Amino acid sequence: MDPMDEAELARQAARAQRAAARAERAAGPVAVRVQNVSITYRTTFERVPTFKNAIVRFGRGQKAVKEIEAVKSVTFDVPVGTSLGIIGANGAGKSTLMRAMAGILPPTSGRIEVHGRVSTLLALGVGFNGQLSGRENVILGGLASGLSRREVEERADEVAEFADIGEFMDAPMRTYSSGMFSRLAFSVAVHMKPDILMIDEALSAGDAVFKRKATAKMSELMKSSRAMFLVSHALASVRELCNDAIWLHQGKLMMHGDPEDVISAYNRFMEVGEDAFNLEDL
Amino acid sequence: MTSSHPAPLRPTGTVADVHVYEPHRAGLPKKIGPYFRELWERREFASELSRSGIRAANTRTVFGQVWLVLNPLLLALVYYLLVNVLSGQSQGMDFFAHLTAGLFTFYFISGCMGTGAASVVGGGRLLLNTAFPRLLLPLSSVRTAFYRFLPTLPVWLVFYLFADSRQFTWLTLLSLVFLAMIVVFSAGLAAIFATLQVYFRDTAAFLPYFIRIWLYLSPVILTVDRLHAYAAKAGAEHLLYLNPLYSLLGGFTELLVGSRMPNWHMWVAAVSWTLIAAVAGAWYFMSRERDFAVRI
Ligand SMILES: Nc1ncnc2c1ncn2[C@@H]1O[C@H](COP(=O)(O)OP(=O)(O)O)[C@@H](O)[C@H]1O
Ligand SMILES: [Mg+2]
Repeated sequence: MDPMDEAELARQAARAQRAAARAERAAGPVAVRVQNVSITYRTTFERVPTFKNAIVRFGRGQKAVKEIEAVKSVTFDVPVGTSLGIIGANGAGKSTLMRAMAGILPPTSGRIEVHGRVSTLLALGVGFNGQLSGRENVILGGLASGLSRREVEERADEVAEFADIGEFMDAPMRTYSSGMFSRLAFSVAVHMKPDILMIDEALSAGDAVFKRKATAKMSELMKSSRAMFLVSHALASVRELCNDAIWLHQGKLMMHGDPEDVISAYNRFMEVGEDAFNLEDL
Repeated sequence: MTSSHPAPLRPTGTVADVHVYEPHRAGLPKKIGPYFRELWERREFASELSRSGIRAANTRTVFGQVWLVLNPLLLALVYYLLVNVLSGQSQGMDFFAHLTAGLFTFYFISGCMGTGAASVVGGGRLLLNTAFPRLLLPLSSVRTAFYRFLPTLPVWLVFYLFADSRQFTWLTLLSLVFLAMIVVFSAGLAAIFATLQVYFRDTAAFLPYFIRIWLYLSPVILTVDRLHAYAAKAGAEHLLYLNPLYSLLGGFTELLVGSRMPNWHMWVAAVSWTLIAAVAGAWYFMSRERDFAVRI
């Protein structure tokens, strides 16, 4: 047989297998259910709102807020056992959707149901206070997300070891390099033993060695967590780590399906340009 | 091949931990009970935040700890001299003990407002990345302010021991009730200013002026009796109760310095202001806190 055909057949068999697995998961319990969710930001025009500006604006009779529809009527179910890749251009609403699923941003309309404890690594979370050491930041983050003191203290050492930051763990975080910063952040998220793990563009940071280590850690975590969400510009890591994918564009859900299909549709879309694109073409 | 594709995750049964997120109108969370339960469960976070904040502030300067006491003490000296000069008669240790008790406690209250105002805005990344009851942040700053207040108490005690009017009775102990009310009142203020600071980042910049005026209107430099006498002369003694610190701080210092029982007006006013501040602070904060992540 022609080797090309053989490869093609294998790919199709694999796809059929994945489709069957997807169907099987879909019949099982749900981990996260997103129903008709829209999220609108209402922000002031100034970067830093002040009394002074408010008074000046009031004097001029200007409107104080502008609205940005970051997510528009998005609906999807994430069954237990899914690792969902979320792809889309900058400003597509990926981070916003993740924050909503983590319970940080309430939806403007719609409903989100989450079964399990969530650990997030959204836009590199730890290090909110540069005066505090890495260890203090890790402990505070863990306590805030509901772990007990014993649990966090146990994990702090594992976190430090995985992040490979040595004695910097006990130095103020303002002394960290950006690489150390993101390694620690990633390490925190994956060591909090969450039911549901959410990672927003974390793999893009760090060097090649750490990236490989991080990918391995995530594959390992997928076996123990109920669901995983991964936002990444690196489509290869979505292809490698995810068994389901959605594609957002300007807040709308464009496609939900097998990562291969979603990624190739997304790639085609990015090449062709959005004007020429039409979903019916698929 | 498919080997690069992940194996399906381990399916587990249902978990008890179910969260539903729905839109909110401006207003309180639908279920207040779970909010406060979660607040209580995560109290360790608030105390750890305060503890590590204090630690970080102290490591920066050894002088820091001393300064916590020295700063209000120097201010007390300034007012002491000022009052001596203005009144034309020498005020004794009695007055100084009263002055320091009032001023140190006032410092605690204004500390709650200051650190409270910074608490939410300073939570930046944590707020954006973790879901927790945000009320923990201003409460943590109340703890910080309280731990800065504690070392000033023995300093006050030394002055009081030299005062002629010193006496320790069960009324001295009763002052703790007023102190507790002051703490709750200050927590309410901390929540209010924390929220204001999110919407108006120059709140903290206005705060010192506000605090200074409040200090002059409160029974710190003047005793409750003096304030009352002045107000009575103008026929406005009821207006005094409009200042929460007249009853709270006044009642506290009357009991602590001189062991005098505040009259029932003072009690009623103090309890009322405590409740008002606590409820208003919690309500204002909690009805806005889901907005914080978008605005930080
Ligand atoms: N805090 C915010 N306030 C106002 N608008 C925001 C805020 N965060 C994001 N947005 C807007 O919402 C849209 C979606 O942003 P985001 O979710 O960060 O996209 P992505 O993560 O896919 O790049 C963008 O138009 C962005 O400008
Ligand atoms: Mg993003």
